[in-house]
Amino acid sequence: MFLFDSVKTFGSYLILMKRVITPPQRWRIFFRQMMHEVYQLGVNSIPIVLLISFFIGAVICIQMKLNIESPWMPKFVVGYATREILLLEFSSSIMCLILAGKVGSNITSEIGTMRVTQQIDALEIMGVNSANFLILPKISALMAIIPILVVFSMAAGVGGAFAIGKFTGIMTAQDLIVGLQYEFNQWYIWCSIIKAIAFAFIITSVASFYGYNVKGGSIEVGKASTNAVVSCSALILFSDMVLTQLLMQ
Amino acid sequence: MIEISSIHKRFEDQEVLKGITATFENGKTNLIIGKSGAGKTVLLKCIVGLEIPEEGTITYDGRDIIHMHKKEAAKMRQEIGMLFQNAALFDSMSVLENVMFPLDMFSSMTYNERIKRARACLERVNLIEAQDKSPEELSGGMQKRAAIARAIALGPKYLFCDEPNSGLDPQTSLIIDELIHGITEEYNITTIVNTHDMNSVMNIGDHILFLANGELSWEGNNKEILNTDNKTLNEFLFSSEILRQVKEQALHSK
Ligand SMILES: Nc1ncnc2c1ncn2[C@@H]1O[C@H](COP(=O)(O)OP(=O)(O)OP(=O)(O)O)[C@@H](O)[C@H]1O
Ligand SMILES: [Mg+2]
Repeated sequence: MFLFDSVKTFGSYLILMKRVITPPQRWRIFFRQMMHEVYQLGVNSIPIVLLISFFIGAVICIQMKLNIESPWMPKFVVGYATREILLLEFSSSIMCLILAGKVGSNITSEIGTMRVTQQIDALEIMGVNSANFLILPKISALMAIIPILVVFSMAAGVGGAFAIGKFTGIMTAQDLIVGLQYEFNQWYIWCSIIKAIAFAFIITSVASFYGYNVKGGSIEVGKASTNAVVSCSALILFSDMVLTQLLMQ
Repeated sequence: MIEISSIHKRFEDQEVLKGITATFENGKTNLIIGKSGAGKTVLLKCIVGLEIPEEGTITYDGRDIIHMHKKEAAKMRQEIGMLFQNAALFDSMSVLENVMFPLDMFSSMTYNERIKRARACLERVNLIEAQDKSPEELSGGMQKRAAIARAIALGPKYLFCDEPNSGLDPQTSLIIDELIHGITEEYNITTIVNTHDMNSVMNIGDHILFLANGELSWEGNNKEILNTDNKTLNEFLFSSEILRQVKEQALHSK
């Protein structure tokens, strides 16, 4: 039964996406909406991304120092491991999990409210493809801005690691810098960005799907937001596994 | 002119509409009345194409909308204006932007022409002073008027209203009714209004359809409705003692 329901849900998701991914009826309005969403979903998320990345960078650095430093390991290992964790997983997957909570619930409740107050019906009556009109700007906006968020997150994380090293004196700045630069592989950054773009699609499309299909009133909108965040998170983790396997081979 | 014939609609095991046939002429305010749950909203949704009936045909001036090609249907939607029960204004936009929205999407006018047209519509509903407010700053009656302005922005041929008076006081209801009636005659629109407001029935009912148990139980105008001997309709209309007395007096004074 559960399997049947999942296949059915996935089917209606695909049908919705087929309506979403078509050329906009008016490009001018599409770009206006998209700019608005870039601001709403992307620029407004920068503070939380910077804040969380900074502290996670610092915490990872402390944990590495406490747990893997031993006399027979080179001193730069702490910086090296911190950087790898940030670049490979934190700045793409974990940051997108955080965004799923912030951006995902925001999208679901916005579109869900439009559904229950008949604003979506009003669009349909006018002959507007409401799915395309409401959802496509969100998907393209977050996919366009997410690389910037990823890079910001990386920078803030490394900054956090560096700050903790420098101000607490748990290690010398010199060791940390050597570690942070040790065998740097540019491909890892691209990997993160590619993964994050995929996650941005998942967050916006899945959250929109939940909002678009709300039936009932404000309680259902609330439930749909929760479900959207749970589904987004699970899907991000699952596709993280697949993408990491594909990209890191 | 809109013609519907033997419309059937069911939800799971509940048959909501059991074969409705009617003709709605242009330039007339057509009212659909009936008890709560009689299927008024479902019928209106079928007529505008938000629900698909299992059986029956719906034609707009001879054009069958159920079997119409999608592209053609989208085009025809621009000839339709609809007023929803709760106004359904877009709350991310100001009142003026709401009225301009259909023009932005579908007209080839320049920016200035669109603004001018939107202002003219707002003036028609007497709401020009609220053009820069956002929908949540308006009272219920003002929201309804803004929604009417949006519905007429593209100069529709068909206007649908789902309970335009719900939640409004009698005086404000009257203003909305007059507006709908006036616009209908002015632009020769085919208008269909769902209502259970007796004032509207008496004031603007050029053509009234009474739905009961998913069937068309009575049809006529606001003069004929006073003399009807349809039992369910009388029970529905004159549910209170006061109204019964008023009816008696009205009939005697003639
Ligand atoms: N989407 C739906 N799914 C299942 N049943 C529905 C649906 N929409 C309406 N119904 C049922 O159809 C019947 C008629 O509902 P409808 O909304 O048309 O009533 P109404 O005449 O508009 O009432 P009101 O005056 O209260 O608005 C109701 O019994 C309702 O439960
Ligand atoms: Mg109704």
